[in-house]
Amino acid sequence: MAEIVSLADAIARSVHDGDTVAMEGFTHLIPHAAGHEVIRQGRRELTLVRMTPDVIYDQMIGAGCARKLVFSWGGNPGVGSLHRFRDAIEHSWPVPLELEEHSHAGMANRYVAGASGLPFAVLRGYRGTGLVGGQANHGAASNGAGAGPGANIAEIACPFTGETLTAVAALRPDVTVIHAQRADREGNVQLWGITGVQKEAVLAAARSVVTVEEIVDALDPRPGAVVLPAWAVGYVALAPGGAHPSYALDYTARDNDFYIAWDAISRDRATFGQWLDEHVYGGGAR
Amino acid sequence: MTGPGYSAGEMMTVTAAQALRDARTCFVGIGLPSEAANLARATHTPGLVLIYESGTIGARPGRLPLSIGDGILAQTADAVVSVPEIFNYWLQPGRIDVGFLGAAQIDRFGNINTTVIGADYTEPKVRLPGAGGAPEIAASCREVIVIVRQTRRTFVERVDFVTSVGFGDGPGSRERLGLTGAGPQKVITDLGVLEPDPQTCELVLTAAYPGVSVPDVTERTGWALRVAPDLRELPPPCPAELAVLRGLRATLPDADGTAAQGAAS
Repeated sequence: MAEIVSLADAIARSVHDGDTVAMEGFTHLIPHAAGHEVIRQGRRELTLVRMTPDVIYDQMIGAGCARKLVFSWGGNPGVGSLHRFRDAIEHSWPVPLELEEHSHAGMANRYVAGASGLPFAVLRGYRGTGLVGGQANHGAASNGAGAGPGANIAEIACPFTGETLTAVAALRPDVTVIHAQRADREGNVQLWGITGVQKEAVLAAARSVVTVEEIVDALDPRPGAVVLPAWAVGYVALAPGGAHPSYALDYTARDNDFYIAWDAISRDRATFGQWLDEHVYGGGAR
Repeated sequence: MTGPGYSAGEMMTVTAAQALRDARTCFVGIGLPSEAANLARATHTPGLVLIYESGTIGARPGRLPLSIGDGILAQTADAVVSVPEIFNYWLQPGRIDVGFLGAAQIDRFGNINTTVIGADYTEPKVRLPGAGGAPEIAASCREVIVIVRQTRRTFVERVDFVTSVGFGDGPGSRERLGLTGAGPQKVITDLGVLEPDPQTCELVLTAAYPGVSVPDVTERTGWALRVAPDLRELPPPCPAELAVLRGLRATLPDADGTAAQGAAS
């Protein structure tokens, strides 16, 4: 049953050193405030999972939270490279970063398998690509097995037609963190607009944290909304504007200037350090 | 650059938009593909259904979206579905006519790299963003159009990493791999258009822009580029198309909008 607590408490109780952590939100509803809280609490050795590790994971990787990244697209959308991500991969700064790399369809299906309580999902994909790799860890079903191209991806024959398809191992994060528009006082969560893979990511995880723009008495229906019932959610924390520089449809606007500014802030280790001091460690997030 | 009154980049976008004339549905990446698809919808193909991997089907943005998750896409779409649904129900079964991709490297068989530059995956010379939706777009759309600026660094004999399969090693590869779509049917650059030879699957120069010579193109290609015997010179963009394109570009904050999905820094 969801507990409504402060953001600091939600993260302290849910995210521990060495955990596999998924923070989802497909360009919309990205849980930035929660990411900053993970940085402030000094978590280390995390396996960070996210389809699009954009600015939020650039910040967490640069702050030294991550040991490994499981992902399908790592860039600053519409702007260019993620400089902290690249510095970690190309120069092991501040610590080496192991990669496990997928396609979007593969990652989405891995979450679906996790949410469905299945060991793997099947798709028509990956075949002929370098992502399949040539490594010996094909078929590894456990979370986080192997790294680099090919980890958690395997060929599989359809038992009915014999067609060769691709199996991807289920993702089962220790904790999934998302941002939503609102929750009620019971902890039922409602999100709408582009809802990405958040429902699957929450249901695939052992624990979950949902930050929200507001907590209301009752959730009136919204067209196309996803509702996560309170009994399927771990912690709910109020974090108005908590998606910034991403946005929450009908609450906040995407701060496109920040994404552009991030290129210069993140390009240099010292500038990035100053930014962290001022905007994350300094207290008032952002 | 190539002629009076318009740039090579504008010619490239207009040519890419023209390539969508017969399409009903298009899976669109951000950057150049999005610009061309929105130009097509705003001019000659108003019924074109734009599908973005964020789950927006039938988006009708009045300006260029800044990311695949731009709110304008959700607010103007016929339907907004989850990410698993957009890939599993809409892309995978081959419902989408054209997939529109960018590239950091492309080779003579139309294979695309957006992952790493350099032979060693673990110690890359340049780390690129990675696959995103591209591998399955390349596999499952009925056909693929690639839009990419042409340089020797980009047009290589063999890509350093196959992120998305074009024609693999040549004839028969797609069939062997069970890839259901027809693969890349046009590669549109800032110099002209390359299309696969039906027999060899190798990309061949089939059209050049006004003022572009064959040596201009071969100089910027990293393999011995073949030229179609009936090489065409494409007409310059018409003033109406240019006006619409410039109007769309003017809606972008950085007035450039060239950061394509999959592009390096």
